[in-house]
Amino acid sequence: MSDLSAVAYLDHAASTPMRAEAVEAMARFADVVFANPSGAHGAAREARRAVEEARELIAEALGARPAEVVFTSGGTEADNLAALGTLALRTGAGARASVVCSAIEHEAVLSPLRAAARGAAAVLGVGAVHLDEAGVTPVGIVDLDALAGTVGEDTALVSVMTANNETGAVQPIGAVADLVRKLAPRAVLHTDAVQAAAYLDLAEIAAPCDLVSVSAHKLGGPKGVGALVVRSPHSVAPLLHGGGQEQERRSGTHNVAGVVGFAAALAAAVEEQPKERTRVARLRDRLADAVAASIEGVVESVPRELTLPGHLHLRFAGVDQEELLVLLDQGGVYASAASACASGALEPSHVLLAMGLDPVEARSGVRFSLGRTTSEADVSHALVVLVDAVKRLRAG
Amino acid sequence: MRVLVAMSGGVDSSVAAACLVEQGHDVSGATLKLWGGPQDSGCCSVADVDDARRVAQQLAIPHYVFDMTEAFGASVVDPYVAEHALARTPNPCIECNRRIKFDRLLERSERLGFDALATGHHARVVPGSGGAPHQLRRGADPDKDQSYVLSMLGQRQLGRVLLPIGTMTKPEVRRRATELGLRTAAKPDSQDVCFIHSDEGRERFLGDRMRLHPASVVDLSSKGQTGAVPALELVTVGQRRGLPRGPDGTRRYVASVDPRSRTVVVGSAAQVARQRIELLGDTLTWTDRALPDGAPAVAQTSAHGRPVPCTFERGGDLAAVRFEHPVRPVAPGQTVALYDLGEPDRVVGAGVVA
Repeated sequence: MSDLSAVAYLDHAASTPMRAEAVEAMARFADVVFANPSGAHGAAREARRAVEEARELIAEALGARPAEVVFTSGGTEADNLAALGTLALRTGAGARASVVCSAIEHEAVLSPLRAAARGAAAVLGVGAVHLDEAGVTPVGIVDLDALAGTVGEDTALVSVMTANNETGAVQPIGAVADLVRKLAPRAVLHTDAVQAAAYLDLAEIAAPCDLVSVSAHKLGGPKGVGALVVRSPHSVAPLLHGGGQEQERRSGTHNVAGVVGFAAALAAAVEEQPKERTRVARLRDRLADAVAASIEGVVESVPRELTLPGHLHLRFAGVDQEELLVLLDQGGVYASAASACASGALEPSHVLLAMGLDPVEARSGVRFSLGRTTSEADVSHALVVLVDAVKRLRAG
Repeated sequence: MRVLVAMSGGVDSSVAAACLVEQGHDVSGATLKLWGGPQDSGCCSVADVDDARRVAQQLAIPHYVFDMTEAFGASVVDPYVAEHALARTPNPCIECNRRIKFDRLLERSERLGFDALATGHHARVVPGSGGAPHQLRRGADPDKDQSYVLSMLGQRQLGRVLLPIGTMTKPEVRRRATELGLRTAAKPDSQDVCFIHSDEGRERFLGDRMRLHPASVVDLSSKGQTGAVPALELVTVGQRRGLPRGPDGTRRYVASVDPRSRTVVVGSAAQVARQRIELLGDTLTWTDRALPDGAPAVAQTSAHGRPVPCTFERGGDLAAVRFEHPVRPVAPGQTVALYDLGEPDRVVGAGVVA
């Protein structure tokens, strides 16, 4: 029996604890090495050296050159910079630019692209845009035929995430890139790799992409820092203007401690990846198998072999996710569902709706995401609480 | 006891939660997201949810946000619009209490294993002991009493509902919130319908959702048309605002609205006054037992209206309350709350005006 006062944190896809390497690396940048790295004196040079060392580490882990790494305040800013920064340079004169993304992109991609399509990004210099959101298969993988039907000679930007944040479904980025290069030779290809970075080798997988978004806190780094890999040095216009940092692609004083922690975490994560993938997937499979054996009417929204190793998105027939999440929370099992709106209320997941589910089915889904600190005991505890919660909700 | 407290982000429900924590209950807070449109500070703006969440943090209790926008739209907003289209004037706060807070949320709280649901209403539930029925009574603050908007509750709900601040006055509630350092201590009371933005108002809200029809105004004194209104759906029986004075120079009140002939009938206060107000029989609810035909009671016809002694007349499809002296008319769709004549702070039931 598991300890009922125990806590099982199964929301690593939302955020995961910082690695000791990152915490340790960051410490001296609070007070010892505190200067503004843009300065021209010894203290500034020391801070700048830390930023550049971090940039090199991150570039290496992502298979990029250091000059391609643009530090941002996180994944959302990286996605916005990729979407709007690209369109600001590739729209305006002449016909409407065509933009294509998958229908399951994160809001940080969907929302700026939709804003651009309705003319709301004009202030950033984004001209007329037509947006197509390409559908996905019932298991949440971008439909390559649908994608092929929407891209063409006039496509300026294609954005397909490396792995989906809700379901964990890993997308066929190589095939997407082949298709885009063939049918839309002028398009910039962006991938939001925020969710994938902890487990997938981006140096290989994201190699064919022009723009790659990553975030530190999903892989054991601090919150508030991320990066956009920009292969072609000046292919994005800045969203933030000011001191001209990051080769004028992103102004603002460098988050020195943040990028140092980011680099330390990413390097450690990449080092551990092969081992962690296996370990986490085994725990995830144990949870999934036990749930399938103990609870009726459960569906894995995406088959496990198609997902990131830590993701398990389950739908419980006849159960409302809001209610299930309360019982899980009260039982010390921390999981989540679709993206929350500004108020914190859950909205029917656009990802599940794009997979062809109806709103009631979409509202029966809960995401369990395991990570580096997940143990056998967490899985055991989660199972006990989950079985009891589903039973209670179905009885009530 | 495990208690779920509905926290709107206002001071009353904040203090309600604090009281329950002090009493030693195992408390969780929930804020309902009821409406997605623009609104002021009603029940569910993002800022209100943030306030509720912050108070829950201060009280160290879990806090959840429940999205009930679909149910609220279907069982409160849509009927609100449909009733107006029939020239009736519903009370959406009462319908929200009836259909959402004390139905869906109450049921959810039971499924989630809570023993009781609490709200920050200014009213009191007196639990029945030894087989006696649970009672619903007016709140201790006569200016803030909200027993009217809870008057449709029955034994099933009253047995599971806690109203922790019903024994406090509003100044006491605010003082308590200040002592506890709650962010909501000085927050103004919400006033209007939560889903209608005060800048745009009811006219715009309804106008966006239905066709509004002009109507002629007929005066009971002259028996002829004396004017016109741009939208009969926005006219409320009993209303005085916006009407021209009568032939004798006295103020006019709306006596009735007929959507079919598109006519608004107005008259002097004496002409429009009613001695009897009919209630829809299938809307009658009782906190415990139904009043018999001819029973004396006290009627209150609006949230803060003056209670007036009456006689309850039980009918089939229609019931009624009869007054000794004529009273100002009450719009169809509004609720009449009935209180006990001997114990005038005790609610006995409610019905919707026919």
